[in-house]
Amino acid sequence: MQSPSAGEDVSARPFGVLDDVGKTFPASSRGAPDVVALDRVTYSFRQGELVSLLGPSGCGKTTLLRIVAGMTRASSGRVEVRGHEVTGPQDDFGFVFQAPNLLPWRTVLANVLFPMEIAGRNDAAAKQRALELLDLVGLAAFARSRPHQLSGGMKQRVALCRALVPGPSLLLMDEPFGALDELTRMEMQDLLLDIRRVSGTTVVFVTHSISEAIYLADEVLVFSKRPGRVIDRIRTGLAYPRKPELRYSPEFTALEHRAGAGLGVVHARSAS
Amino acid sequence: MSDSRIARVLLPAAGLALLILLWHFYVVTFDVAPAVLPRPTLVLDATIANWRLIVSEGWITLLESLYGFILAFVLGVPLAVAIAGSRTLNLMFYPLLIATQSLPKVALAPLILVWLGTGIESKLAIAWLVAFFPIVVDTATGLRNTPAEFLDLATSVRANAFQTFWKIRFPAALPFVISGSKVAITLAVIGAVIGEFIGSNEGLGNLLLVANSQVNIPLAFACLIGLSAIGIGLYAAVAAVELALKPWFGTTGH
Repeated sequence: MQSPSAGEDVSARPFGVLDDVGKTFPASSRGAPDVVALDRVTYSFRQGELVSLLGPSGCGKTTLLRIVAGMTRASSGRVEVRGHEVTGPQDDFGFVFQAPNLLPWRTVLANVLFPMEIAGRNDAAAKQRALELLDLVGLAAFARSRPHQLSGGMKQRVALCRALVPGPSLLLMDEPFGALDELTRMEMQDLLLDIRRVSGTTVVFVTHSISEAIYLADEVLVFSKRPGRVIDRIRTGLAYPRKPELRYSPEFTALEHRAGAGLGVVHARSAS
Repeated sequence: MSDSRIARVLLPAAGLALLILLWHFYVVTFDVAPAVLPRPTLVLDATIANWRLIVSEGWITLLESLYGFILAFVLGVPLAVAIAGSRTLNLMFYPLLIATQSLPKVALAPLILVWLGTGIESKLAIAWLVAFFPIVVDTATGLRNTPAEFLDLATSVRANAFQTFWKIRFPAALPFVISGSKVAITLAVIGAVIGEFIGSNEGLGNLLLVANSQVNIPLAFACLIGLSAIGIGLYAAVAAVELALKPWFGTTGH
């Protein structure tokens, strides 16, 4: 047994800790039982890791993400990030929503700068960084455009820039590419991996796509249907940087199969 | 595409022309007395002959309507902000506000005349009264119906209540403010005319009454043309503001 005190290697300590995290919503009508959305999840992840939360709709994975983000309170258990309990949204968290959620009356640049403006840090350096990020996602020419002039994929890139502009240590993403077409989605996945390679940001990524979960992640948490509980933890063990061809490799397919079996969509492969 | 654009101008014009033609042939065929329904050409003659009078009286009605609307806007928007921002104020006043919606404001006009006299004040007050409610109610509705995902964004970046209000809820409500204003500006003209009907010695409403009492029906019609010009003009002004703001709001919130 290690003592968590002096002499311990800090980098080996988990970055995020989920300890017995559960969420129960009160019954919608009198007499009905309370709804257990999330059933006691215990998990930890390290700095720089990309973790996918994979599960069917309504399995509580988004609820779990919001609890980690401090945007929803857990009914039980606790979440710690970098040794501090999360009780509300943090300055160094970035959140990317399912919808781009851009403010239509602001330009693309002003949307990216929104978190800085709220934090009172909307200075020249922030603007510089926002423009660099827009350049990184290929939207430098659209800084002065309005959201309605952009396609869905472009909007979600802007949303990604907005989440990244404060330089978050933890990026939380709630099915951010779910509404995009297949090709755009694959581009966005590679873009996210590029950004993570450059920034070293830790990422928790919610998705209901098996291949997306595996393609992105160091580790995939597979959730059961409601009440959501972790039924499998898959360490992908795939090397970064990842190439699109990876999707057609046997090890990728095997991982997909394992995740699919966990979700109950395919039968488990018999051990041979 | 340009086809439909031309059609959007030409077809309403054709509709209007058709109505005027029907009017003309009805009067000619049934030999209707000019004191009951004058021919369109008579109305046109009366309008041209009295155009200075119509413009000068119309100007008064226009100002009454416009000032009434501006007053309604200036008082209505802050009240809506207060109502939407405070649960207490909301509970105190919102039901009252909805209840007063059902009161025919015209019924208050005689009282207002007693309180404020026959000058511009009473017309302004009546115009204000009818324009006030749509602005307050629509603005408050807009402020309460901020898309939930925008509020989620505010939470995620730790915006305080003040920032959430001014940077998200208020701008998100602007389309509602405009749509309330479109209703309000039209009502303000009606309010001003009612005020003139009840007690006044100026304005197009007054001229209309005078023309009526002299059985000068072509002049009465000319007044109506003047009034609709005012209504359409003011409405178009608000619609122009809306159009100018369009790029700021795009198609939807997403």
